[in-house]
Amino acid sequence: MVDLATEIVSRAVRAGATDAECTAVEGQEFSANVRLGEVESLKEAGSKAIGLRVLIGRRSGSSYTSDFSPGGLDRLVDSAVALARITSEDPSAGLPEPEELGAAGEELGLYYEDVAGLSADDKIALARRAERAALDADPRITNSEGGAFNSAWSRRALANSRGFQGEYRRSSCSLSVVPVARSGEEMQRDYWYSLSHSLAALEPPESVGRRAAERALGRLGAVKVETRRVPVVFEPRTARTLLESLFEAVNGDSIYRHASFLAGKLGETIAAPEVTVVDDGTMPGGFGSSPFDDEGVPSRRTLVVESGILRSYLLNSYTARKLGLKTTGNASRGLAGNPGIGPGNFYLLPGPYRPEEILASVGEGLFVTELIGFGVNMVTGDYSRGAAGMWLRDGKPAFPVHEVTIAGNLSQMFRDVEMIGSDLEFRGAIAAPTLKIREMTVGGK
Amino acid sequence: MFFRDRYNLTERDLERYLGEALACGGEYADLYFEYISTSSLSLDESLIKSATQGISVGCGVRVLSGEKTGYAYTDDLAPEKILHAARVAAHIAAGPSEVQSIRVDERAALHNLYPVVGGDDGLSEKLDLMDRADRAARAFDSRIFQVRAGYADEMRHVLIATSDGRVSYDYQPLTRLAVFALAREGNNVQKGMDGGGGRVSLDFFQTVRTPEQFAREAARQAIVQLEAADAPAGEMTVVLGPGWPGILLHEAVGHGLEADFNRKQVSAFSGLLGRQVASPLCTVVDDGTIPGRRGSLNVDDEGNPTSRTVLIEKGILKAYLQDQLSSRILGALPTGNGRRESYQHMPMPRMTNTFMLAGEDAPEDIIQSVDRGLYCATFGGGQVDITSGKFVFSASESYLIEEGRITRPVRNATLIGNGPEVMRKVTRVGHDLKLDQGIGTCGKEGQSVPVGVGIPTIKVEKITVGGVG
Repeated sequence: MVDLATEIVSRAVRAGATDAECTAVEGQEFSANVRLGEVESLKEAGSKAIGLRVLIGRRSGSSYTSDFSPGGLDRLVDSAVALARITSEDPSAGLPEPEELGAAGEELGLYYEDVAGLSADDKIALARRAERAALDADPRITNSEGGAFNSAWSRRALANSRGFQGEYRRSSCSLSVVPVARSGEEMQRDYWYSLSHSLAALEPPESVGRRAAERALGRLGAVKVETRRVPVVFEPRTARTLLESLFEAVNGDSIYRHASFLAGKLGETIAAPEVTVVDDGTMPGGFGSSPFDDEGVPSRRTLVVESGILRSYLLNSYTARKLGLKTTGNASRGLAGNPGIGPGNFYLLPGPYRPEEILASVGEGLFVTELIGFGVNMVTGDYSRGAAGMWLRDGKPAFPVHEVTIAGNLSQMFRDVEMIGSDLEFRGAIAAPTLKIREMTVGGK
Repeated sequence: MFFRDRYNLTERDLERYLGEALACGGEYADLYFEYISTSSLSLDESLIKSATQGISVGCGVRVLSGEKTGYAYTDDLAPEKILHAARVAAHIAAGPSEVQSIRVDERAALHNLYPVVGGDDGLSEKLDLMDRADRAARAFDSRIFQVRAGYADEMRHVLIATSDGRVSYDYQPLTRLAVFALAREGNNVQKGMDGGGGRVSLDFFQTVRTPEQFAREAARQAIVQLEAADAPAGEMTVVLGPGWPGILLHEAVGHGLEADFNRKQVSAFSGLLGRQVASPLCTVVDDGTIPGRRGSLNVDDEGNPTSRTVLIEKGILKAYLQDQLSSRILGALPTGNGRRESYQHMPMPRMTNTFMLAGEDAPEDIIQSVDRGLYCATFGGGQVDITSGKFVFSASESYLIEEGRITRPVRNATLIGNGPEVMRKVTRVGHDLKLDQGIGTCGKEGQSVPVGVGIPTIKVEKITVGGVG
């Protein structure tokens, strides 16, 4: 793969590019879906594709293809070079400087053979066991959208005209269940999942199934509450969505365009003093880990928020030049276009409180276990989303709640973080422990 | 025929691949060949910063055996690669082949809904569209300080061959132009966005909807937001303006009527055919046959002609949206709603263009009938939990209604409700049905497909608005 990428780079340079960068990816995916014990679908296939970005001076053009025939590769090079002749001169365009290129040296633990070694029948059996555990958990679990086992591996290669060559592999597998709970006319569904680079680290199917069932059951009997301002506690699955918003807010593309409520806030207090947020692309086994970013800059650990103070944005080489800063190794791209910004492992450091202690601190408030909708405005920080969860009274779960909204403004919400749980765990590249926000508007009746 | 000319694909080849797919006893198989060429441009800070072209090609093979599906794909159209994919998909069934021989022949298309246009030409014209959008947005108001514009088109050739002998070819153009604007006054920064397109050629943006129109609308929204106050919270009467607010139907009823959820009995609408699920004022239709629309298709991604399906008639639930698999299991006719994101994905029931038919009320009378409520002109995205029926959608431009008049703009209002409940609370329907401008993308189980929505002005008696106070 990396040889092909290098070859494409030299062809682009021969065709007139002053700089070129080529990404080649290949991968294989497998999925087994089981519903009510029966196999519903099996999917297995592989694919590959290649993307090229060229610069002619300060103009850039890009192209991609899944056609690896000689004609397909010719066309890839020709169209990128032709497009670079029609775009605008952009003083900040360019590849990273040669001294910025390289790869993180640590063993990252991203690829395991055990995922590929499992037979289709074994994968189906895992999905079946997980769904069975959910269906057996309680008589009120009457239906299911199924259990699924997915696995994949991929290889990504990158080469550029400034001498960078690199390649790495990733494997992943996941197990998930979506049970449906019924009580009279009311139906509620929820899900649980486990995701891992290696089969060995996957949670047992029975625990995935039981957890999914507990969550669906916990939603039965939910009611709408009166509109009021109360403390709101986010469990890790919903707290991580607040971190996703924070990641968008420190994304260099939004910062230089002034399209983020955190633009221009470097060095200022943006969160409660207990809040420290890190982006670490070198965490062993992390879902956001990689030896180098999508421009060939080594992945690294960046302190983003330190005790409430915004210390760093997350940047690629373009946004770094726009802002007069250094890249943080967060370039991220598909195959087409200019690089954007992606997280390494972006997380809020755990605090001192057990989740039960946090719930116990709430006199009257909402424990949010599910969020839906897209009501987050990154420009202003305005936040309003649909929510479901559990009403808390005198520190104890009182009754399930649904069909309410929670609203506030992200810049105030991060300042209002009152308690941080000790329960940080990663189910993706972005993670947070249980978080308590001092007060938000719960919209209901 | 595109695939014959370019890949020497003959009807005999298709028969051989389908035969291989059914070699283990599957009952039905189909092949989905896809060739997409895309081009896109983006403008930011008055510079064309990015220009991209790309090619994606592949073939998906699907085998049905009872309620089971086997699926495999290849990005290489060499015969041995397609045969390999067919063998992998075939293993969903376990037994001897039950087919004698398969004969396929190409069917004449029932619809011809969009123009056949060339792909890669018109680059300088596209660049000019970007510049015009940039200039118009900046000229709208001196407080507009950031403008981004994007143009993207895709030219998709598909060939679908099925083991019951159908071969359908379609050429599906899709274009989209969008403009984002930021307005600033002191520390107050607000955004606006507008765009449109469809299965149209480039001259659509010269004659039907110009970049200036999109740009001024994006700029206008950003400027309006500078004045906006916080949205209220709690239950209130809401009036939805015509057009894009039709996303209400997409979330509140559309997804819940997709046949896969209903055959599995996991939808809030399961088992309600023939029952009253909305106010008698509501007739909701899914129509994939409107010429040039973003959600329209001559044939769906399983080779069935698209159609107009009345989902809800005067409040009574009439039909679900079917794909091949669900219609086989439910014994219903396919409605032409089997869609997939690409050859790498299995088809499933999806919406095309979903809208409510016009009623009789004048929009201004509807607004006048509200003493205190919210008027929503434009929305961002929405989402639904089809099992509980709970859905949300976020208003990006809305106003208070006070004593029958639209007054102050408010920002940041997410609306949440229960699909069947909200549809019963529709008490007025305007005569001003409008379809959206062609910018919607719907996500389901990780697959994105282009869709359209539409609605006349409607009044919903009570729905929860999620502002800050």
